[in-house]
Amino acid sequence: MFEVEEKTRVDAIDRTLYDFKDKLDPAMIVNSGLTEKVVRQISLEKEDPEWMAEFRFEALKTYNSLDIPTWGPPIDGLDMDNIVTYVRPKGEMSAKWEDVPEDIKNTFEKLGIPQSERKSLAGVGAQYDSEIVYHNVRKEVEAQGVIYTDIESALKGDMADVVRSHFMKLIPPTDHKFAALHGAVWSGGSFVYVPKGVSVEIPLQSYFRLNAPGAGQFEHTLIIVEDDAYLHFIEGCSAPKYNIANLHAGCVEIYIGKNSRVRYSTIENWSKNMYNLNSKRAIVEEGGIIEWVSGSFGSHTSYLYPMSILKGDNSRMEYTGITFAGEGQELDTGAKVIHMGRNTSSHITTKSISRDGGKSNFRSEVKITREAENSKSAVTCESLMLDDQSRSDTIPVSDIRNSKVDIGHEAKIGRISEDSIFYLMSRGLSEDDAKALIVGGFAEPIAKELPVEYAVEMNNLINLEMKGSIG
Amino acid sequence: MALLEIKNLKVAVEDKTILNGVDLKIEPGEIHVLMGQNGVGKSTLVSAVMGNPSYEVEGGQILFDGEVITDASPDERARKGIFMSFQNPLEIPGVTMENFLRTARGSIKGTKEKIVAFRRELEEKMDALGMDHAYADRYLNVGFSGGEKKKAEILQLLMLQPKLAFLDETDSGLDVDAVKTVTQGIRHFHNKENSLVIITHNASILDGLDVDKVHVIGKCKILRTGDRSLIDRINEFGYASVTEEV
Repeated sequence: MFEVEEKTRVDAIDRTLYDFKDKLDPAMIVNSGLTEKVVRQISLEKEDPEWMAEFRFEALKTYNSLDIPTWGPPIDGLDMDNIVTYVRPKGEMSAKWEDVPEDIKNTFEKLGIPQSERKSLAGVGAQYDSEIVYHNVRKEVEAQGVIYTDIESALKGDMADVVRSHFMKLIPPTDHKFAALHGAVWSGGSFVYVPKGVSVEIPLQSYFRLNAPGAGQFEHTLIIVEDDAYLHFIEGCSAPKYNIANLHAGCVEIYIGKNSRVRYSTIENWSKNMYNLNSKRAIVEEGGIIEWVSGSFGSHTSYLYPMSILKGDNSRMEYTGITFAGEGQELDTGAKVIHMGRNTSSHITTKSISRDGGKSNFRSEVKITREAENSKSAVTCESLMLDDQSRSDTIPVSDIRNSKVDIGHEAKIGRISEDSIFYLMSRGLSEDDAKALIVGGFAEPIAKELPVEYAVEMNNLINLEMKGSIG
Repeated sequence: MALLEIKNLKVAVEDKTILNGVDLKIEPGEIHVLMGQNGVGKSTLVSAVMGNPSYEVEGGQILFDGEVITDASPDERARKGIFMSFQNPLEIPGVTMENFLRTARGSIKGTKEKIVAFRRELEEKMDALGMDHAYADRYLNVGFSGGEKKKAEILQLLMLQPKLAFLDETDSGLDVDAVKTVTQGIRHFHNKENSLVIITHNASILDGLDVDKVHVIGKCKILRTGDRSLIDRINEFGYASVTEEV
């Protein structure tokens, strides 16, 4: 994603590459806090269809009726009264980069998005604060009948009914407090529709950039893949660091038809003042496959557990994730799966690294219903702690309702061994290089699942983080 | 000037003195053999010369190329040209042998290795050791058999070209053919400029090598130094036969 040369000049702790800030210059911004007035303002500004306006108000009611979750990392540093839920960037969405306002375009240039688009992507969506500023898909992909657009256009265009019948059906606002928040103030995000039998050979990517201090980003990604189809969707996100809390409560809903496969890759690199309370869910029909690949590096606090509903017989899920928690970070990540169909299988493989007092928790839930006979589930998590201040917890839960299942769980928590460091140093590597090599190797099985630019990026991040923090 | 000079070296592990006054001089091009019963401190000596932080040098000096290196870090020593093959090489998951060796040689030589040329050279050396090229792409030592690990250590020796190499029981656990291959590798490495210290219990790894000196370690120091004939005596009559006269 990013030019390696540019990255190596960057100071490890400042994360300068992500940290450049544009002057706040929005076309429209609401007051901070979450009130009926704010929700009405957003709805009017976005010219919601009537049902959506009602949906928002209903979600707001739900939000007010639900408690803040207490089972996870503390989020008392997040005060909704201080969060600005909607910031419309200037300019109109366009399919041409030259139409995007200069400073916003420069931001995405620095993040390498247009470059990647030319090289290795079939389509790109770019969101800046609350709205998509650029969306484009290659003609040949469009010719296959694939729709890839901002969700607002889909909501009002030919796919309006499809959006309406799927929007927040997998993750209803009643699911949890931040899903309700999302329902009330959501804005931006992408809509993908892949027709039956169509294989999208090169990935689509949406990139979400939050620039405004104290703001929230609530994009909604809705992906519908019909039977016998394939899609690889990449999601990237970043933000510059501010001294006040920012909030990300996005929502991803994925519908996967019979014998279809969807790979959903995420690299999350939010700044360390971000509360990342995100919800992702996929439902998989007979013989379908969902593959989640997830890298969590940024944010102050994350709650992130993509959930897969294996509805159809013989459906499968694979979750491959890596989490890297540094100073002041508490990243609570993992996955959930519900086996409903027979002969379904799930594989959850995660690695976490914590250093400088960072906390990284693995949380998983495997549920196998009475009907889901002959199901298999394997959960493996490995944690590496780089010093005595860092912490790592493993919280696996399983709920098995029939006896014809095959389930396994394996957890390993460890530190870098002194002997390994000495071994590498005896071959001429400095202590920092030895540690970076070991940590990079630990992450490698996950890195090779990532899109190549992100894998390079991840290795650079690890190298820089290691050099910046350990001496 | 000696390549390595050890003066009155005292080494402790976890506050227990293992070596108490070792003196040793190795000239460029020499091959020395270190012998001694299990647990007398042969590996301790090697580890101390390599700078393993778990081994505390309580006294004495280590000089390499005339320079005092007693306090140098292991990577500094490696960059000066010291190498040791490990008895139990560590497994490093996720790091391929090729990548590791390229990084290591880059660190030692201070140059950036050319990917294609490096690979070619690596494959040549693997051929010499009868190693399948697939090992280059495998994670370092992960899942290697004992013999494969030892060969991989010799491969590292050949690729890193140190001035002084310690081979710590490289032959142990190897079958006859593997010992032959490893010995060939050592012969391939050795020349007039570089020196070897071989720790072993039997002579077959020394086939075709010109051994200059044999040292017997015991009672925390070097008890006896002699020529190659010492090895045969030890093998025939046991350690007591060469140390009790002292």
